[in-house]
Amino acid sequence: MTNSPSKKHNQPISEGSEWTFDLIEKYDSEIGRVAKHYGLDTYPNQIEIISSEQMMDAYSSIGMPIGYNHWSYGKQFISVNQNYKRGAMGLAYEIVINSEPCIAYLMEENSMTMQALVIAHACYGHNSFFKNNYLFKTWTDASSIIDYLVFAKTYISQCEERHGVSEVESLLDSCHALMNYGVDRYKRPYPISVELEKQRQKDREEYQQSQVNELWRTIPEEQHTRRAGDRKMQFPTEPQENLLYFVEKNAPRLEPWQREIIRIVRKTAQYFYPQRQTQVMNEGWATFWHYTLLNHLYDEGKVTDGFMLEFLQSHTGVIFQPPFDHPGYSGINPYALGFSMFCDIRRICENPTDEDRQWFPDIAGSDWLETLHFAMQNFKDESFILQYLSPRLMREMRFFTVLDDDKKEMLEIGAIHDEQGYQKIREGLARQYNLSVNEPDIQVVKVDLHGDRSITLRHKRQQRRPLGDTTEEVMRHLHRLWSFDVHLESSFEGKVEKHYHCPPKADALPPMYGMGFNLSAI
Amino acid sequence: MSYIVDRRLNGKDKSSVNRQRFLDRYKKQIKEAVSDATSQRSITDLESGEKVTIPQRNISEPIFQHGEGGDRTVIHPGNKEFTTGDQIQRPESGGGGGGSGEASDSGEGSDEFIFSLSREEYLDFLFDDLELPNLLKQHLKGTDSFRYKHAGVVSEGNPSKINIVRSMRTSLSRRLALGGSARTRLKEARIELALLREDEINVERRRAILLLEEEIKALTERLARIPYLDTYDLRYNHHVKDPVPTSQAVMFCLMDVSGSMTQQMKEMAKRFYMLLYLFLERSYEKTEIVFIRHHTSAKEVDEQEFFYSRETGGTVVSSALKLMDKIIADRYPVDQWNIYGAQASDGDNWNDDSPICKQFLTEKLLPITQYFTYVEITPRTHQSLWDQYQLIEQAYGDQFAMQEIKDLSDIYPVFRELFQRREA
Repeated sequence: MTNSPSKKHNQPISEGSEWTFDLIEKYDSEIGRVAKHYGLDTYPNQIEIISSEQMMDAYSSIGMPIGYNHWSYGKQFISVNQNYKRGAMGLAYEIVINSEPCIAYLMEENSMTMQALVIAHACYGHNSFFKNNYLFKTWTDASSIIDYLVFAKTYISQCEERHGVSEVESLLDSCHALMNYGVDRYKRPYPISVELEKQRQKDREEYQQSQVNELWRTIPEEQHTRRAGDRKMQFPTEPQENLLYFVEKNAPRLEPWQREIIRIVRKTAQYFYPQRQTQVMNEGWATFWHYTLLNHLYDEGKVTDGFMLEFLQSHTGVIFQPPFDHPGYSGINPYALGFSMFCDIRRICENPTDEDRQWFPDIAGSDWLETLHFAMQNFKDESFILQYLSPRLMREMRFFTVLDDDKKEMLEIGAIHDEQGYQKIREGLARQYNLSVNEPDIQVVKVDLHGDRSITLRHKRQQRRPLGDTTEEVMRHLHRLWSFDVHLESSFEGKVEKHYHCPPKADALPPMYGMGFNLSAI
Repeated sequence: MSYIVDRRLNGKDKSSVNRQRFLDRYKKQIKEAVSDATSQRSITDLESGEKVTIPQRNISEPIFQHGEGGDRTVIHPGNKEFTTGDQIQRPESGGGGGGSGEASDSGEGSDEFIFSLSREEYLDFLFDDLELPNLLKQHLKGTDSFRYKHAGVVSEGNPSKINIVRSMRTSLSRRLALGGSARTRLKEARIELALLREDEINVERRRAILLLEEEIKALTERLARIPYLDTYDLRYNHHVKDPVPTSQAVMFCLMDVSGSMTQQMKEMAKRFYMLLYLFLERSYEKTEIVFIRHHTSAKEVDEQEFFYSRETGGTVVSSALKLMDKIIADRYPVDQWNIYGAQASDGDNWNDDSPICKQFLTEKLLPITQYFTYVEITPRTHQSLWDQYQLIEQAYGDQFAMQEIKDLSDIYPVFRELFQRREA
C-alpha cells in the first residue's frame, strides 16, 4: 500500500460501516472515475442489491440470472444453503454476470467497505475483463445472453407442459452429462434476439428433421442407386469433438424439441466456456483492480483508515494461498495466482531486475498499464502463465512439481523453483490450466449408418491416464440420446486399451456377430 | 454509467422449484431416510425438521473424467525442503502430500449428501400416502359452522359490498349507450353550424343557424341529463353461506398404566401417540388431546402424568372406555367434533371385562367416533382382549383397526399400516 498522507486533503466519502443507496452511488462514481483514469473500458453496470437468500438462489443456478428448472440446481441450492447455515462457508461476496449491462449482485448484509470492494472488483474488474478479453469477445455475446436465457427458460417450460416434466428432466440429465463436450472451439456463435431466436427455432426444427431423415433414409429405391463405394464411406468423415452438436444434428430418433433442448444446453456450455478457460486471469485481474482502485482512493483521502483495514483484511483472505501441506489446501487458489501475476507484471514493468530483463526483454521497463491491458486482452490462463509467470514469482510461491507415475512406487519431485526448474514449472502449470488436458479427449469417430446405427467414440489417453469410473454412467446418458448402441474405445498411442459398450456386451464377441443384423445386407 | 437496483423485495425462493424437483426425484431415498430417522429420534423433536442423508453416488451427475493411474505431473505451491529428484512415499488416499492432485473440484469430498428438510417437508414425507379414514363428518344440520364463499357479482346488495370496478363499468356502458345517438348528432350539428358561419350571412342562413343552435342546446341538455352514476349501475359482491364440515378433532389417548406396563412400553405408546397427534394436526385446523389412563379405574390426566407417573394394580379396560364416553358427552358434542380414539395396552385385562369392552365399543363408542385404533405392545402371546377386539375389527373394519407392536422399530410401520390409504 502506497501510503502518502500528504495527499490527504479530501473529505472521506463516508465514515461508518453502514451503507445506503446514496453512498453506493457515490462510491460507484468515485471508483468509476478512478477506473477511467486507469483506462478500464467497461459495459454499463447494473448493480443489484439482494438478500443472502437471493444470493444463494443466484449461486445455485451457476450464476445465471434466469435459469431453466432442473433438480441439479436444487441439489446445489440445498448444499449451498446447508453449508452456509452451518457456517462452513461464507457466501461469495459477489456474483457478476457477463451481460450488457453487466449485472453485479451486492448482498445487503455487507458493510459499506465490502460493497465498495465488490463494486471495484466486479463492476470494474470483471466487467472490463468480460468486455475486452479475446475469448469473451469471440465466443460470448454479452448483449444477447439475457434474451437467450429467457428464451431457453420459456422453451423448456413449454416442453415440460407438453411432454411432461420427467421426460424433459431425463433429457436434461443426459445433456448435462455431456455438457463439457458441447463446446464449439472454432466457430463463433452469432448474436440474435428472443424473437429471432424463436423464429429460428421453428425453422431449425423443420430443417433439422429433414436433414436427419435424409441421413437415415432406408427407402428401398435408395439402395438400388447406392454404389458399393458409398457404403464404405466413413461417417463422420472427420472425428467430431463436439459430442452434443453431433448428437443434436445426427441422432436418429430424437424429436425436434429434444434437439432444441440439446442445443440450449450446448449454448449454455458455450457461454461458460471462456469463463472456464480464464479463471486465473479473470479473478486475478479483478482482484488486482479492486486492490489498485481502492488504494488509489485511499491515497486521495477519499476513504478512511478503518475502511482500508477492513478492506485489507478481506483482501488478504481472498488471496491466501495455503501451502501444499496445509490442512486447508485444495489446489492453487486462482485469486492468489492471478493477483500475484498481475502485480508481478506491473513490477517487471516498473522496477525490472536483471533476471526480468533476461526473461522478459519485451516488457521489462515498458509502460505497465499498457502491458497489463495487453496481457488481459490477448491470453487465456494457459497461454498467460506460459507467457508471464516469472522466476521471481515461482520462488515466491515456492512451486514444485510432483511426478506421479503409477508404474513407479515412489513419487518424484520433477522440478523446483530453481534455475533448472523454472521452465518446467512454467510449462507444467500452464498445462494444468489447459482444459483439453484436464478433460479426457473424446471424439466421435464412426457411425454405422447402414448397419446397426451404432455410434463409436474414441478416447485418446494422455500420459496413459484411463477414464474414471463414471464413464459407464455417461455412456448410458449418451445411449439415451442416441437410442442405438454406443461404443467407446479408450486407446493409448493407437492401441485400444479398453472398450466400453452401452448396452453392455462382452468384449469377446466375434465381429461377425454384429453383421448378421446389418440392415443393408438384408 | 451505473444503475443501482434494489432487488431485495423480489421473491427469494427462486430455487424452490428446483429444490422441490430434487426432493421429488429422490423421494424414495428420502422416505427411507425419514422412516429410519423416525425410529431413532426422541419424541420431543419429532416435530422439528430432519436431517436427511443420501449416499452421494446416487445423486451424482456423471461426466467424463480421468480416472486414477497413468503418469501425470502436478504443481503445488509452498515447497519447503524438496529438491529436484527427491523420491517421496506415495501418500495414502490423498493425504497431506497431495498425490492425487485433480484440481479442487469438491473440497469436502464427502461420501454422503446431507441436508435438512423443513418441518413441513419432513411431515410430508412421514405421512405421505397416509389418510385419515372417515375424514369428513356428514354436513351439519346445525348452522354453527359455515363460511362465506364468494359467489360472483349481483345487482342488489348492501352498500358496504359495492364492487366499484364493476359498477363503473356498467355506468360507462350505460352512458355510452344512452348518449350515443345524441352525441353523434351533436357532432354533426356543430360541424354544420361552423360551415354555415363561415359563409356570408343572410336571412335564410340566420334561421338555419338559429335552428341549429337550438338543436345543439337541446342535445347538450339531453346529454347532461344522463346521470353519471345510476342506481341501475350499482353492482355488489355477493357471498353465500357455505356449510363446512367440522374441522376440529379430538383425540383420546387411552393407556393402560397397570403394573404390567413397563416404562419402555409406555415410551413406545408415547411415540405412537405422538405420530398420531402430528398426523391429526395436519388434517384438522384444531386438534385437542384427552389423556385417559387406567388401571382398575380410569382418570383423565395431563400429558406429564400420563406418560411418566407410575401406578400399580389390576386392569379394567372398560373403565377407560366409559370415561371416554362420559367426556365426549360432557365436552365434545358429536356434531361439532371429529372424534378419534387410540388405545395402547399390553393386552392385560381382567378376563370378564373383555366382552364388556367389546360391547361398549360397538354399541356406544364406534357410532360416534371416526376411527378407533388399538395397538398392543407386547412381546407375549395375546390375551382375551385381543380376541374380543378382533371380532370388532371383523365387523367394523373401516372404523376400527388394531395392530401389534413388538419393539421400537415397529411403530412407524404399524402406524403406516393403520392409516394406509385405502381404495374407496
